Amino acid sequence: MEDISLVTVVLMLPLVGVIPLLFVRSLTDQTIRWLSLTVSLVTFGLSLLLLRNFDQGVAGLQMAQRWEWISTDGFKISYYVGVDGISIWLVLLTTFIMPIAILASFEPVKQRVRLYYLFLLLMEWAMIGVFVAQDLFLFYVFWEVTLIPMYFLIGIWGSEDRIYAAIKFFLYTMAGSLLMLLAILWLGVQAGTFALPDIFAQINSGELNIGMNTERWLFLAFAIAFAVKVPMWPLHSWLPDAHVQAPTAGSVILAGIMLKMGTYGFVRFNLPLFPEASEYFAPLFAILAVIGIIYGAWVSYGQDNIKKLIAYSSISHLGFVMLGIFALNTTGIQGGILQMVNHGISTGGLFLMVGMLYERRHTRMMNAFGGIWRAMPLFSGLSLIIILSSMGLPGLNGFVGEFTILLGSAGSEVLSMWITAFAALGIILAAIYMLYMFNTVFMGELDKEENKRLSDLGWQEIWSLIPIIVMVFAIGLQAGYFFDYMDSSVRELAEYLGDTITASAGR
Amino acid sequence: MFGLPSLSDLNIGATLPVTLLVFGACVLLVVDLFVPRDRKRVTALLTCAGIGLSLLLSLLSLGGVIELGNGDDAFTGMFRADALTEAINVATLMVALLGVLVAYDYLERTGMQRGEYYILLLFSAAGAMLMGAANNLVIVFIALELLSIPLYILSGFRRPEAASEESAMKYFLLGAFSSGFLIYGIALIYGATGTLDLQGVWDAARSIEADASTARFLGMIGAGLVLVGLGFKVAAVPFHMWTPDVYQGAPTPVVAYMSVAAKVGGFGALVRVFGMGLTGFIEGDVPAFWQDTVWIIAVLTMILGNVVAIVQGNLKRLLAYSTIAHAGYILIAVAAAASPGLADEATQSVVIYLLAYVFTNAGAFAVITAIERNDGSNTDMDALPGLAARHPWLAAAMTVFMLSLTGIPLTAGFIGKWYVFKVALQADLIAAAIVGVLTSAISAYYYLRVVWKMYFEEGPGEATVQPTLAWGIGAAAIGTLVLGVVPYILSAMARSITLAFGG
Repeated sequence: MEDISLVTVVLMLPLVGVIPLLFVRSLTDQTIRWLSLTVSLVTFGLSLLLLRNFDQGVAGLQMAQRWEWISTDGFKISYYVGVDGISIWLVLLTTFIMPIAILASFEPVKQRVRLYYLFLLLMEWAMIGVFVAQDLFLFYVFWEVTLIPMYFLIGIWGSEDRIYAAIKFFLYTMAGSLLMLLAILWLGVQAGTFALPDIFAQINSGELNIGMNTERWLFLAFAIAFAVKVPMWPLHSWLPDAHVQAPTAGSVILAGIMLKMGTYGFVRFNLPLFPEASEYFAPLFAILAVIGIIYGAWVSYGQDNIKKLIAYSSISHLGFVMLGIFALNTTGIQGGILQMVNHGISTGGLFLMVGMLYERRHTRMMNAFGGIWRAMPLFSGLSLIIILSSMGLPGLNGFVGEFTILLGSAGSEVLSMWITAFAALGIILAAIYMLYMFNTVFMGELDKEENKRLSDLGWQEIWSLIPIIVMVFAIGLQAGYFFDYMDSSVRELAEYLGDTITASAGR
Repeated sequence: MFGLPSLSDLNIGATLPVTLLVFGACVLLVVDLFVPRDRKRVTALLTCAGIGLSLLLSLLSLGGVIELGNGDDAFTGMFRADALTEAINVATLMVALLGVLVAYDYLERTGMQRGEYYILLLFSAAGAMLMGAANNLVIVFIALELLSIPLYILSGFRRPEAASEESAMKYFLLGAFSSGFLIYGIALIYGATGTLDLQGVWDAARSIEADASTARFLGMIGAGLVLVGLGFKVAAVPFHMWTPDVYQGAPTPVVAYMSVAAKVGGFGALVRVFGMGLTGFIEGDVPAFWQDTVWIIAVLTMILGNVVAIVQGNLKRLLAYSTIAHAGYILIAVAAAASPGLADEATQSVVIYLLAYVFTNAGAFAVITAIERNDGSNTDMDALPGLAARHPWLAAAMTVFMLSLTGIPLTAGFIGKWYVFKVALQADLIAAAIVGVLTSAISAYYYLRVVWKMYFEEGPGEATVQPTLAWGIGAAAIGTLVLGVVPYILSAMARSITLAFGG
C-alpha cells in the first residue's frame, strides 16, 4: 500500500480515540477525560506538522491522498483528502479549538461522561473531514455526519429547552443540505466523477459545460446549504436557540468551527465551480451579508442574555466573512478566511467566558452581574482582551480580518461602494453592544450579595483561555504569517474569478 | 400438442435457491409434527439452516463463484434465473433469517411457540423470491399469492387476540381484493399483447407503439391495474390504507419480516413487469406512458407517508407510515425505468435500496420487539425514555436504524437514497427528486423524535433483550453500518443486473 498522508493521520486520529471509549468498559470518568484531551492534543500536534510540511508556493492540493471507494460504470467516488491554502488554517482552527473545548468540559460535564467525549471526538473527526475532503461524496458524508454529535450534545447536555433547540438545529441544517445533495449528484453524474479537482479540470477544459441557467440553479442549491450553516440572514433563526441551549463546549465548537463549514463551503465549492453564477449572485449575497452584519449587531444590543448576545454577534461577524468572500478578489477572500479563524478564536473565547460565569452563578442574564471585576480580576482582564478582539481593536486579531475584508469589498469590481460603507457601520455597532455588555457585567458596583463570593479562575479555566489569548495577539500582530500560507491558493482562485468577470464585462 | 418437457429443459439447477426452500418447507411440515412443543428450537434451527443454505447458494451464484443450472431460463421460460433473481433472493433470504432470529425468543416468551410460524415464513419467502424471478405474468400472480397467504395467517398469529385477528382479516380482505385487480390487469395485458410471457409482452408492446395500434389503450388499462395490485403489496398511496392497522395489530416479529419481504417481492415483480415487459412501450426518446403515473404515485406516497408519520404516537404505526414513505422512494427508481436506456440502472437502484432496507427496517422492528411486553403493550413512544440509560446498545442500534431510515451518510439508507436520486436525475425526474429530498428532511423529524425520546428523556426504559433477538438486532445494525461504509458491496451485487431485452 502506498504511504499514508499526514492529512489522513490527522483526520483519523480522533476516530481512533473513539474506539476505547466505545469498547473498554473499565475506564473511569477521569480517565476518559484525560484520554480525550490527549487524543485531541496529539491531533493538534500532528496538525502543526501539517503546517510545517506545507509549501506556501503551491496553489493546489498538498499532502493529498486518494483511494478508490466506490466505482461503478457511471461514476467514481474516492476517499480523496488534502489541504491547500484555503483549508489549512481551518484544519488548524479545528484541532486548536477541540482540546480547549474538551478541557473546558472537565468541570461542567458530570453526567454520561463517556458518551459526551465520544461525541466530541466524533465531531472533531467529521469537522476535520469537511475541511480536507476533496471528493463531493466524501464531503457530503462528513458534512451530514457533523450534525449527529452536535444534535446529541445539545439534546443531552443542554439547558431547559434543549430538545427544541437540538431538533431545530438538525432540521434546519439538514433541510438546507439536501438540495445540495441533488446538486452534487447532478454534477457527479454529468462529470462521471465526484473528485473536485477532476471536475474543475473538466470545467476548465470545456469538457463539462454546465450551461448558464443550470449553473445558477446549482449555485443556489449549494448556497442554501452553506447559507443555513453560516448562518446568513434570513436563515439564521436556529442559531440563537442552538447556542443558548448548547453546553459550553457545544457553543464553542458550533461558533468556533461549525459555522465556518458554511463559509468555507462557499469558497471551496460555489466560487470555483460556478464562477459566472458567483458573479451574478455576488451583489445579492453581499447585501444579505450586510443586512446580517447590521441586523446581528442591532439584535445583539437588545439582548439581556449574554449567550444570546454573543450568538447574534456571530451572525454579524460572519456577515463580514461573507462580504469578503463575495468581493470575489484576493484581498476580500483572504480577509474572509482569516476572519473565519479570528471569529473561531474570539467567539470561542467569549462562549468559554459565559460558560465560566454560568458555572458560578447558574444564570446568563446580564442584570444578574455587575462589578465582577472586583471579585474576579483575572477573569475580567482576560475577558476584556477577548471582548476587544471581537470588537476589532487594532493590534488584536479581529481588526486585521475585518479591515482586510473592507479593503477587499471596497476594491471589488462587483460590489457597490455603499455596501462597504454600511458594513463599516457594523464595526461601530459591534463596539457599542460589546462595550455595553462589558460595562454591565464587569464594571460598576459589586452590589449583589451572590457576586461577592465569586471565586476567580481555576487552573483548568486558565489553561483553556491562555491559548486563545495567545492567538488573539499572534494573529493581531503577525497577520502576515497567516496570510502567507493562503496566498497562492487564494490568488489562483481570485484570478480565475477575475477572468470570468472580465470575460462577462466584455460581453 | 403439449409434449412433456424433459428434465434438462426444466433447468431445475438454476432455480435451486427457491426450490430448495420450498422443498425444505414441505419436509419441515412433516418433521415438525414429531418435534415436541417445548423443543421448537429444533424447528427454528432447521429453518435457519435451510435459509442459510439457500442464501449461500444465492450469494455464490450472484458472485459468479458457482453456476447454478445452465442458462437463465428455467421451467420452459416461466422462470428467469438472472442477477436480479439472485439479488432478490439474497434480500428475501436475509430478511427471512432476521425474521427467524427476531421471532424465536418472542414466540417463546409470549407462549406462541408453534412450528407453523417458521414454515409459513419459509413459504412466503419462497413467494417473494419467485416474484423476483417471474418471467411470465401468471407466475407473478401465483408468486404473489404464495407470498401473501402465509402473511395473512402470520398476521393473525396472536389469536385469539382481537387486534391480531382484525389485522389478519383486514389484510386478507384487502389483499384478496387487490389480487383481483392484478389478475384483471394481467388479463387485459394479455388481451393487448396476446401473450403472458414478458419477452412476448415486450415485443408486442414495441409493435403496438410502432403501429400506434388501438391495443395500446388496452395495455394502458392493464398496466394501470397491475400497478394497483402490486402497489397494494408495496403499500403505495393510495393503496396503503391497510398498512398501519395491519402492522399495529400483527405480532411485531411478523411485521419485522413482512414489512420488508412484501416490499422485496412487490418491487421485484414491479421491476420485472414494468422494467422488463412494459418498457416495450418506450418509443425512441419518449419515456413509456406509465412513467408519469408511477412518479406521481411515488410523490404522493412520499408526502403522505412522511407527513402522517409525524403525528403517530405508536411506534409500530409510525414505522408503518415510514415503510409507506420508503415505498415512495423506491417507486421513483421504478418510474425512472420508463426512460429510454435507463431500465438497467433503475433496477439496480431498486435492488440497492431494497438490500439496504432489509437490515434497517427489520432491525427497527426488532428493537420494538425487544421493548414490547408479553401482552403486546408498551409499543408507544412513551416506552422509549430511559432506554439509552438502561439498554445502551439497544438504544445505539435503534439510533443507527433511525439515522439509516432518515438517510444520513455512513448508513445503508443513505446509499439507497443516493442511488435512487441519482437515477431520478438521470431520468430527468427532477420534481420527484426534489420532493424526495424535502420529504427526507421531514422524516428526520419523526425519526429523530425516537432518538430524542431514548436519549434526552428520563424513564423506566423497559426492554427484554434475549440472546437470539440480540443477535438479530446486532446483525442488522452491523449490516446497516457496513453497507453504509462499504457501499461497494451493494453496487457490486447490483452491477450485473440487466433486464435482458435491449434495443
